[in-house]
Amino acid sequence: MNDSTPENHAAHPKDYLGAKLGMWLFLFTEVLLFGGLFILYAVYLQRYPEGFKLGGDQLNVWFGGGNTLVLLTSSLSVAMAITALQRGRVKQAANLVGVTVIMALWFLVNKFFEWSAKIQHGIYPSSEHLKEMPGGEQVFFNIYYLSTGLHGIHVLVGMFVMIWVLILIKKGKVNPDDYVTLENAGLYWHLVDLIWIFIFPLYYLIL
Amino acid sequence: MRDETDGDKGHIVPYATLVIVWAALLTLTILTVAVSRIDLGMLNIWAALGIACSKSVLVISFFMHMKYENRLFKLFLMIALITLATFIGFTFFDVMYR
Repeated sequence: MNDSTPENHAAHPKDYLGAKLGMWLFLFTEVLLFGGLFILYAVYLQRYPEGFKLGGDQLNVWFGGGNTLVLLTSSLSVAMAITALQRGRVKQAANLVGVTVIMALWFLVNKFFEWSAKIQHGIYPSSEHLKEMPGGEQVFFNIYYLSTGLHGIHVLVGMFVMIWVLILIKKGKVNPDDYVTLENAGLYWHLVDLIWIFIFPLYYLIL
Repeated sequence: MRDETDGDKGHIVPYATLVIVWAALLTLTILTVAVSRIDLGMLNIWAALGIACSKSVLVISFFMHMKYENRLFKLFLMIALITLATFIGFTFFDVMYR
């Protein structure tokens, strides 16, 4: 990681293309992971359209919509952070990454309240209340918890990655000449956003 | 090694472009909520997916700089998407004609 000293730099020039390509390859495996969940969703939607409608009705569009705005804005802030760093505005880049971290936390707090409300109503995997519901609704809520849970873990990981990059920027290890770590962290963050772009309409808006 | 114009280090995307993309994403989010309130039957799911796909194109092209990457990145992206589409397609062959 810390090969940014001049001597090391000459001996091991950083391969930006390779670094970014590696990150993209990792992201493709993530797409296939979430793709599996979307296949489950599609197959069960086809089997239980009514149950899915009833399930989707019980999710709060304001929570989902609010979190969509939070994630889209956090994607903007990290994209702007890269531009700022490329232009040599280190302080501004650090602030923008900080904004992204706060947005990530905000998303998770929203998610916490949202899940808490559902769990208080007795809706969580293998709860008594859920077992009494029709088959379609049971499947809907199980996939809902699986998908948003896996996505939530990605948000949490992304938040820590952003904190780590913020520290690297502060230490000068990520700087206007060497910023591929920020770019790759940004790519990961945008993927988290991309997955939410599909989760939101499929789970919250289905009527 | 890589003294040829820093070509692989990346294009600088201006703030204005990023903010316009963000505004478009917010507009599409409002649109997807609005469309979901109209009952179109099965068309609702296709409208939702269509809007989500166009949002993805915006995020991938501009926020993720894919528009400015070289052909190898685009080729890899195509392969990943075709693989995913094949998975989904074959699953439906099984589910629908069982």
